[in-house]
Amino acid sequence: MLAKLLHGGPRYWAWVTLLALLALAGVATYVHQFQVGLGITGMGRDVSWGLYIGQFTFLVGVAASAVMLVIPFYLHDYQTFGKVVVFGEILAVAAVTMCILFIMADMGMPQRVLYVVLHPRPNSILFWDATVLTGYFLLNFVISTVSLYYQARGDHHPRWLNPLIYLSIPWAISIHTVTAFLYAGLPGRDYWLTAILAPRFLASAFAAGPAFLILCLFIVRRVSRFDPGERTLQTLAKIIAYAMVTNLFFLVLEVFTAFYSQIPGHMTPFVYLFMGLGEDTLLVPFMRLSVILGVVSVVLLVPSRSRNHPVTLVIACVCLFLSLMLEKGFGLIVAGFVPNPLERVVEYWPTPPELTIAAGVWAIGLLVLTLGFKIALAVREQELAVRPQAA
Amino acid sequence: MSLDRRGFLKLAGFIGLVAGTACARRLAGPGSRYTTADGALEAKRWAMVIDMRRFTTAGDTQRVIDACHKAHNVPRIDDVRHEVKWIWTDTFDHVFPDQTHAHLPKALQERPFLLLCNQCDNPPCTRVCPTDATYRLADGIVAQDYHRCIGCRFCMAGCPYGARSFNWVNPRPYVGEVNPEFPTRSIGVVEKCNFCVDRLERGEVVRCAEVSAGGIVVGDLNDPESEVSRLLERHYTLTRKPQLGARPNVFYIVDDNVTGGEEEYVG
Repeated sequence: MLAKLLHGGPRYWAWVTLLALLALAGVATYVHQFQVGLGITGMGRDVSWGLYIGQFTFLVGVAASAVMLVIPFYLHDYQTFGKVVVFGEILAVAAVTMCILFIMADMGMPQRVLYVVLHPRPNSILFWDATVLTGYFLLNFVISTVSLYYQARGDHHPRWLNPLIYLSIPWAISIHTVTAFLYAGLPGRDYWLTAILAPRFLASAFAAGPAFLILCLFIVRRVSRFDPGERTLQTLAKIIAYAMVTNLFFLVLEVFTAFYSQIPGHMTPFVYLFMGLGEDTLLVPFMRLSVILGVVSVVLLVPSRSRNHPVTLVIACVCLFLSLMLEKGFGLIVAGFVPNPLERVVEYWPTPPELTIAAGVWAIGLLVLTLGFKIALAVREQELAVRPQAA
Repeated sequence: MSLDRRGFLKLAGFIGLVAGTACARRLAGPGSRYTTADGALEAKRWAMVIDMRRFTTAGDTQRVIDACHKAHNVPRIDDVRHEVKWIWTDTFDHVFPDQTHAHLPKALQERPFLLLCNQCDNPPCTRVCPTDATYRLADGIVAQDYHRCIGCRFCMAGCPYGARSFNWVNPRPYVGEVNPEFPTRSIGVVEKCNFCVDRLERGEVVRCAEVSAGGIVVGDLNDPESEVSRLLERHYTLTRKPQLGARPNVFYIVDDNVTGGEEEYVG
């Protein structure tokens, strides 16, 4: 199957080369960071997690969203998703790869990463997060590889794969719940200290992940002979519409609790994010943009006419993805640290090396995604060649 | 399962070997894995009382800070993002944000208080650490192992007191005169006040208390006759953010007479 990676047109090779170069730039910058320390990032004593951990959190959600294809297809026998479920699983593999790389990029002593396994401490949520993420990676890697391998031979996947597929459903929920627990159980970080952090994470995940997949499937449609089908896209769009509305609803709940209670610790991070605290307003334009993009996406996704029209659907998905990337992949982490435990404000902004490393991780993730999709598309096109009317 | 004679003997031999090894290890090893050095200063529950009445000038607090940082090779980095600090000062309304209000005497609100790791009874930092790089000793001291720390900074997110510092840059060029009795640190690890666990082991007094001219008192909370116990018995004391349940072991005696105004504190 791997041989299929080598058969591609000039556009394919240009894309792969671009990603490889970006990845190389990221790796080179990372080597520098490894040598001189995390001081080359914008993080510091007060905002001690930043873009890396934010992107990690956001991508855990993208990974978990594969379940939005697995549940309808495998549990409800929704055959429309039959041909695309593997693309969701490949997206999960690519997203977890990025999660792991972002964690490695954030570690002060990455050479000691195995201590987490060699001296496991069940008290630490980080231990559990490492466990569930590794498990989720393996589950999706095995499920997507094996099912593609059998589909390439024109067979149905073997029965032994079923338990793994069913296991992957609660497992997907677990990765994002455990990731929320990293933050939601810390005393003194009021922005995160909320019981609906895990539900918020899941809602935003089930919006952002399938939105990204829709965008991928539109590209797939243009670059290959495989058509995921109008109904597939429309069902996915419905899923993200529900998820995004739920996500915004949860945000309103948080704002209500903070501001009706008038408890300063709960209000201040929101004020910082959306209004700024005095002179400190670095995040304000981005957080406002996030809300505007989120609302635009909902306005486009809820009415069926704009949801089912390809142009408005693509705009909605782009808005939604960017909105959640800003909110969850950036603002969420920073607001946990601002103001600091001494109620002083130290702002954070990522530095160019930090952005380069982050771009490199994304490039590696997109490379994994591209190569995975390439193999899956070869299998789909082969099916079309055998049974042209199957599509 | 049927077992022939040969199989039975093999199994019995194996079980005997395992059990024998376990017993031998138990008999050979010491009663406890840890021993205390001769002459070490010991306590059942270490605690600290900071008597702010004794810190009347900026020099009083700076002397304590300098002595601690010198003893522990704490680098002096000016960049606010990269600085490492074990003990430092901030004003009352920032140290006790939940115990202040607009009508406290201005002199008190703006008065610098010493800050350091609280050696909590229920420390969030040790709870979240994935590798036991930070852990609580039986005597209450929350220790940090620089060789186990993976630099994930979960403890920094967990600590509600901002007591932890990460080595964002190589600290060694920023350490003035190196104290050979204590390690310097590398990039990528977290550090904090260790309650002079190294000095106590050698029978030496906690460094900040030693140079504080009576402003910082260290002792055993379990001993009702200790000086900390007596001070806590006699004075109204504060701990930082008691509502979070971490149960700090650093107690503050606030000035009895803050109404004196500016002349009370010369900053």
